[in-house]
Amino acid sequence: MNLYTFLQNLINGLSLGSLYALIAIGYTMVYGILRLINFAHGDVFMMAVYFAFFLVTLGKVPWLISFVIAILAAALLGFTIDRVAYKPIRNAPRVSALITAIGVSFFLESFAVVVFSGIPRSFRNIYPKFLNNMLILGGHEEVKYGRNVIVGGLRIPIVSFVILIVTAIALVILWWIIYKTKIGMAMRAVSVDIPTTSLMGVNVDGVIGFTFALGSALAAIGGLLWATRYPQLWPYMGFMPGLKAFIAAVFGGIGSIQGAVVGGFLLGLTEIMLVGFFPKMAGYRDAFAFLILILILSVKPEGLLGKRSVVKV
Amino acid sequence: MPMKLSNRTNFILTVALVFFVWLLLFFINGHMNTYMIRIVSLIGIYGVMAVSLTLINGITGIFSLGHSGFIALGAYTSALLTMSIHQKEVTFILDKVAWPFNSVQLPFLPATIIGGIVAAVFSFLIGWPSLRLSGDYLAIATLGFSEIIRILALNLRSITNGALGLKSIPQYTNVWWSWTWLLITVLFVGSLVNSSFGRALKAIREDRVAAASMGINIFKHQLLSFVIGGFFAGISGSLYAHWLTTIDPRTTSIGVMLTFNVLIMIVIGGLGSISGAIIGAGLFAILTEWLRFLEEPMKIFSFEFSGIAGLRMLVFSAMFVMVMIFWPRGIMGRKELTWNTLYSKLRRGSGESNE
Amino acid sequence: MNEILKLDHVTMQFGGLTAVNDFNNHVREGEILGLIGPNGAGKTTVFNVVTGVYYPTKGKVLFNGLDITSLKPHHITHVGISRTFQNIRLFQDMTVLDNVMVAQHHEIATKDAEKYLVKIGKSKYGANSTWFWRSVFKLGYLRREKEMKDKALNILEKLGLRKLAAEKASSLPYGEQRLLEIARALATDAKLLLLDEPAAGMNPSESQQLVQLIKWIRDEFKVTIFIIEHDMKVVMGLCERILVMDYGVLIAEGTPDEIQENKKVIEAYLGEEWSHVAE
Repeated sequence: MNLYTFLQNLINGLSLGSLYALIAIGYTMVYGILRLINFAHGDVFMMAVYFAFFLVTLGKVPWLISFVIAILAAALLGFTIDRVAYKPIRNAPRVSALITAIGVSFFLESFAVVVFSGIPRSFRNIYPKFLNNMLILGGHEEVKYGRNVIVGGLRIPIVSFVILIVTAIALVILWWIIYKTKIGMAMRAVSVDIPTTSLMGVNVDGVIGFTFALGSALAAIGGLLWATRYPQLWPYMGFMPGLKAFIAAVFGGIGSIQGAVVGGFLLGLTEIMLVGFFPKMAGYRDAFAFLILILILSVKPEGLLGKRSVVKV
Repeated sequence: MPMKLSNRTNFILTVALVFFVWLLLFFINGHMNTYMIRIVSLIGIYGVMAVSLTLINGITGIFSLGHSGFIALGAYTSALLTMSIHQKEVTFILDKVAWPFNSVQLPFLPATIIGGIVAAVFSFLIGWPSLRLSGDYLAIATLGFSEIIRILALNLRSITNGALGLKSIPQYTNVWWSWTWLLITVLFVGSLVNSSFGRALKAIREDRVAAASMGINIFKHQLLSFVIGGFFAGISGSLYAHWLTTIDPRTTSIGVMLTFNVLIMIVIGGLGSISGAIIGAGLFAILTEWLRFLEEPMKIFSFEFSGIAGLRMLVFSAMFVMVMIFWPRGIMGRKELTWNTLYSKLRRGSGESNE
Repeated sequence: MNEILKLDHVTMQFGGLTAVNDFNNHVREGEILGLIGPNGAGKTTVFNVVTGVYYPTKGKVLFNGLDITSLKPHHITHVGISRTFQNIRLFQDMTVLDNVMVAQHHEIATKDAEKYLVKIGKSKYGANSTWFWRSVFKLGYLRREKEMKDKALNILEKLGLRKLAAEKASSLPYGEQRLLEIARALATDAKLLLLDEPAAGMNPSESQQLVQLIKWIRDEFKVTIFIIEHDMKVVMGLCERILVMDYGVLIAEGTPDEIQENKKVIEAYLGEEWSHVAE
């Protein structure tokens, strides 16, 4: 692998990693507070993407506005799922909560099959075309097929940079919310100790709902960016990325937002690098994530930045 | 009237029931249409899946989400053994079939048993690291392992034919095979649960610290339960493959979706009850078939309603979530449907009371 | 008299916190030994070290001369030590009878894991894994089951719980739950019983009955009793010898009378201003 390919893989890996990071944050926040693995999280981003898709194709709404609406809709969906499905069983044993989460995930996927149909759709025409353009660095000009073409060098789709920039902005906003607002402080308190926090007069259920909404919004951003990178939409599109994002969260340290971000980036990087160095193993790239999971659970179950109950940035 | 039925009465009633069920199966096999017969076979298969999972999840309290992996192992192993050599050569277009499958063909029974054994071996290998983890992590780890198995199936083309899967598997499974295996599973697991080992497994579920203090080697007993559950999962996989006649390594057929389905069965039937598992399996099979009508075109108040694909699973999953919220114990909870419970219901019904 | 249990300079540290500091004492065979001290003194930690829940930072635990320091909790039970818990840990969803019967499981399920375990009381029925297959296929198993059941009912009878045998453990009143924990511990065939606050939550008449019961259990089952308790009436009425801990350190040892007059003990419980009461 030459330098250019390496740099390419590096940037691809970082951009994939930021997608995982955005989705992982939602998992880790919910787990930090409720000790619940919200299986439905990946499906929320699927719903957001479909929503944006239909807003643009059927509603003829401009893409940027559709994206914003989709993000808000995802936040609402996350909040609703908590209210309807998780709140009633707050005090049930963890196993029940987990099984319910699986049920909700199942429900969302079935819903998508019924309402959006299982036919894969393409996101390609939704977002502005320039995102697909390649940024080319280095290389040299050659005459091929009667045209001047640039061969070799570094080719990076602009969307990769956009993903990194958007992720950075989202993380900054998240940091601001958690550390500079009242609701953020409430979130941090709730993740440490629910009974005491409620005794302090905090509306715990509201804070939890907000956490779900916030996490879902981030997942929606991640999902929309994901769809620009991997434009195929189908009802189960959220399953594998969601699972991998969860693995990233565990890898970095479940319950810690920093952990989710670090875990996400590391997972994305290693996944791309693996395929880069061993192209023959491409079919196993998903399995690789699970391998990392099992390794980290065996060696350091608290994760790299291992803290369990405090929501940190 | 006596308070409890004697062991002998229990035994006689059970034998009578088995006899009756066999008579019923005989009748079904002879007089009902092929479709119904296939559903009855499927109930038996689902029953084995459900009972094997309830041993692990419901009775021992190990929250395993990896069941589909073991079912898949049993399915592939047995199918590769029962398919004729010619059939395998024809099916494996991408890569040639690997040894020993390219030269071996076995009858259904040994192939199924070997499928179960292979699944059991992998249960052991997977359980060894996974069972050291607690609750949620265990769930994700087992989920991860079953996904790894599926991804391996997608990629090891010379063994599994990769993404093409296996087709034209001989359709050996009939009501006799599936229900006999169900009987064997219920007898084995039931006998295990009704012994000192069963008590130990339940104790592990109730309170691990106390169970260890009572001398129970938690890890060994969990592993035991996991491997036995895995064995019967493999058996069910073999039965399933020879019922469906194809194996397709996508998520939706032998992936996590299958694990969720079996989970639904045992939750609705009652987590921790063997009879509950069978009831859940039966309900699942019947409901998913009955709800098929939602996907057919139909007339509602003279409006033509063209069927919507996937509506079944939507209704099903909605029902499932509602059951979890309002009725988490399921139908049987942790109780078993025994002759004694029926008997005491009858006694109460007839107005007698000795208490 | 034989030292059935010896804690040899046991220290237990958790990171920076020293929960037990150089605990050096023993339990004599057949005695009822009390362990008291203010909350947080480290008493339950001592129990946890003995039963293998924690591995001590320093020191050794010896049972009848055998080093059991590194044994896991289930091995500790095989060796002959059993316990009850401060917060009741019954198998809630199982019947009273099953709770007591499961305590006998280890005898038929244990493979001889460590060689030196064999030296200690071998189970009459041998300890091996063929019992698994015999249990499933019910070969010669039913007789064994009946024996376990009879033994369990016997113990329940002696503790006055026989009538409740078919009830779920969770449905029992508090006092009966505590008794059930003791019954369960007895059923493991232990020679040494560690009781962690068995009188907690009991009213005076119940705790008096408990004192008589525990004395009776010691004589009837020929066991040694090591008990943590806060109820002083119980401690003084029951224990022949008392150890006092404070901040992880063993600060006093003696008969009930000696302990009641011990300056350090009074200081630990009531503070320095009251220590003059002893003089």
